Amino acid sequence: MAMADASAFPYGLRVLVVDDDPTWLKILEKMLRKCSYEVTTCGLARVALEILRERKNRFDIVISDVNMPDMDGFKLLEHIGLEMDLPVIMMSIDGETSRVMKGVQHGACDYLLKPVRMKELRNIWQHVYRKKMHEVKEIEGHDSCDDLQILRYGFEGFDEKGLFMTVDSDPTRKRKDVDHGDQDSSDGATAKKARVVWSVDLHQKFVNAVNQIGFDKVGPKKILDLMNVPGLTRENVASHLQKYRLYLGRLQKQNEERALGSARQDFSTKGPSSENLNLRSSFQEQPSTISSGYPHAPQKMQGQSSVSDSQLEDTKRTVPLPASDRSINSVSSAAEPQNVAGVSPMGGVLSFKGLPVNQDRKPSETMILECQAWNGGVPAKQFMQYPKHNHARCDLLGDYACLPKPDLEHPTAPGHLFTPPSLISIMSCSTEMDARNFSDVKPALLDCIKSFSPALTCTADSVSVQLSDSVVTSTDAADRRFSSVQGLPSTKDCYFDQTSNQGSWLRSQEEPSVICGADFASLPEDLSGYSLQGGVSSENVGLGSIDLFHYNDAMILSGLQSNWYDDQDHFSSETTDYPLMDGCLFA
Amino acid sequence: MDYSNLRRQAASLKKGLFDQGHLDEQFRQVEDLQDEASPNFVEEVVVVFFKDSGRLITNLEQALEKYPRDFNRWDAYMQQLKGSCSSIGASRMKNECMSFRDSCGQRNVEGCMGSFQKLKREHAVLRQKLESYFQLLRQAGPAGAATRPVM
Repeated sequence: MAMADASAFPYGLRVLVVDDDPTWLKILEKMLRKCSYEVTTCGLARVALEILRERKNRFDIVISDVNMPDMDGFKLLEHIGLEMDLPVIMMSIDGETSRVMKGVQHGACDYLLKPVRMKELRNIWQHVYRKKMHEVKEIEGHDSCDDLQILRYGFEGFDEKGLFMTVDSDPTRKRKDVDHGDQDSSDGATAKKARVVWSVDLHQKFVNAVNQIGFDKVGPKKILDLMNVPGLTRENVASHLQKYRLYLGRLQKQNEERALGSARQDFSTKGPSSENLNLRSSFQEQPSTISSGYPHAPQKMQGQSSVSDSQLEDTKRTVPLPASDRSINSVSSAAEPQNVAGVSPMGGVLSFKGLPVNQDRKPSETMILECQAWNGGVPAKQFMQYPKHNHARCDLLGDYACLPKPDLEHPTAPGHLFTPPSLISIMSCSTEMDARNFSDVKPALLDCIKSFSPALTCTADSVSVQLSDSVVTSTDAADRRFSSVQGLPSTKDCYFDQTSNQGSWLRSQEEPSVICGADFASLPEDLSGYSLQGGVSSENVGLGSIDLFHYNDAMILSGLQSNWYDDQDHFSSETTDYPLMDGCLFA
Repeated sequence: MDYSNLRRQAASLKKGLFDQGHLDEQFRQVEDLQDEASPNFVEEVVVVFFKDSGRLITNLEQALEKYPRDFNRWDAYMQQLKGSCSSIGASRMKNECMSFRDSCGQRNVEGCMGSFQKLKREHAVLRQKLESYFQLLRQAGPAGAATRPVM
C-alpha cells in the first residue's frame, strides 16, 4: 500500500527481501507485510540485482541474507551501493564480529541476526528515513552530520582542519581527504559508512585511476589499488564510483536537455567565458538561533551558523559596500525581462517579479524572482539581482570558492568537484560542465575555489543521488536564499542572489542578503541557456515548487549547492517543505 | 467428533516439542504471524522448511562423500542448514548443526559424521511430530486451524 500521504510513513515502505532460504523468505515476507510494508521477495542475489536494475527507484530498502550460493551477500551489497545507493540490511545466522564488521564496512546500514524478529523489521524504516535525512543534509552542503562538524571545525579551527579556505589560506590543499573518523571520533562508531570527503586532489587520483583502468572495466577494488591512499576503503571508492557514474549519466542527460543553451557552450568549450567565471559566495549573517527551526538538520544548522559567525565580520563589512553601489533592480511585480540583460527568449521566459516585501527594503535587499524552469513546469526561484558593481570584492570571496583549480582535471566532478562549479552552472549551464570546462578558470578565482571544494564535493554527491527524491526538498528552501556566482566584470555584472520569498527573513537581516555575485562573461547567453519559465508569480514561488524544480533536473545540483550557505531563515518555510518531503519519499 | 479433544491433543503434542527442545521461541514467532489472511501459515512454513531442509541434508550428504575432509565446503552447507533450522525454531536440529560446524573447525571428521547422523534423526523426528500435530489440527476443523492453537 503505497501511500501518497506523508503521514502514512513508514507504511508502504518498499522492501526487497533477498534470501536463498525459502522458509526464511516466506517468514520475512509475512513479517514485513504485517508491518504494512510492500514486500518483494527474491531467492537469488542475481535476480535481485536484475529486479533492482529494472525497477529502479521502486524500492526503498533491501534486506539481504549474507550467505547465498549464487552471489555473496556482500557482493550484492556492493552492487546495490554502487548502482542504486539504497539502504541495505544484511542478515545472517552468524553473528561473528568479523562478519558483521564486514557487512558494515561494505555499507550495510544494519546487520540482523537470524532468527530475525518482527520488532526488528518494524523498525527498518528508520534506515530509509535516516538516509533521506542525511541526503537532505548533504544537499545542503554537507555530507553528513560529520561533515557539518567538519564545517564547524573548519571555521573555528581553521588552521588545523584546513577544510575551508579563507582568502588568505588554502587549507584544502594541505588536506587531501578528510575522514569522518578524523573529525569526530564519536561519529566513527555510529557512522554507517566510513565517509570520505573527496577533495580535489583525492578525486583527481580517483579519476586518474579510472582513466588508467578504462571506464568500462573499472571496479572499486582496482581503483582503490591504483589510488593507493591509506585509509581509503573499497566501499568509499565504490560509493564514489557510483556517484561518478551517476554524474556522467546526468551530464549526458543534461546535455540533451539543454542543447540550446549557449551558456553551456561557454563552459563546455574552454572559451574565454569560462575563464571569466568567478565564483564567490559569502555567508549571510544569520542568527544562530534560527537554525533551531530546522528540525531535520539541526546539526547542520549549527554548523552553518557557526560558520556564519566566524565569517560575519567579513560579511558585514563587505556587504554594505555593494549595496550602495547597486543600482537596485527592484524587479517588482511583473516579470521584466529587461532586468536581465541579454536574456534571450529562446530557452524560455525569464520573468522576474519583485517581491512585495522588497519594496520596503533597502536597495540591497531588493529581490528579484528568477524563474528558471528546466522542465517547463518548474517554478521559479527568487534571486536578487545586483546590476553592476564589484560585488565580488566586497563579498566574502574567499569564503567559498567553488571552482576547481584550473590545472586539475575535474572530469570526475560529477559528484564532487563539480559542486562548486554548479553554482556557476546555475547561471550558466551546469549541465555540461566537465571538469575541463572549469579548468580554464582564472587563477585568481582558484584561490577562492579551493577552499570549499571538499565540502562542496560532498554536497554534490548527495544531490546527485537524490535527484529524484523528494527529500531534498527541505534543502531547497535554503537554496533560494543562496546566492551564487560571481563573474568577471567584463561581462555585464549581474549578481544574482537567490533569496527566499519570505520577507520576514529579509527584514531580519541587517545586511543585504546578497552573498555571492557571479559575473559571467557572457551573461546574456547564459541566461538564454536556461529554459526559463516566465510568469511565475512571487507568491507562487513556494519552497515546494522550487524544490520540485530542483529535483526534476539534474541541473538542480547547482542550485542545491548553493544551499550551503543559505541562512536558516529559509526554514521559516519548513512547514511547507516537510509535507513535500514525505510525499516524495514514497510517492 | 470431539474437536476440543483433538485440539487438546495437538496442544499437548506441541508442548512436548517445546519441552523436549525440538522447537524454540522462534516457532511461536511464526505462529504469531498466522492470521486471517493466511490461516494455514504455520503449516505452510513448516512444509517449506522440510522440503528445503531435506534438500540441504541431501546436498550435505553428497558433499560428505564427494569431498572428503573438505571442511570449508561442509561448513558452508551446514551453515545453510543451520539458517534454515533457525527459521522455524528447530532447536535440536540447530544444535546438531552447530556441533557439526564445531567439528569442522576442529577438522574432526568423526565429529562431523556423528553430528550429521544425529541431525538426520532430529530432522526425521521433528518432521513426524509436526506432521502429526498439523494432522490433529486439520481434524479439529478449520476453526482449529484458523486460530492459534490453544497451548
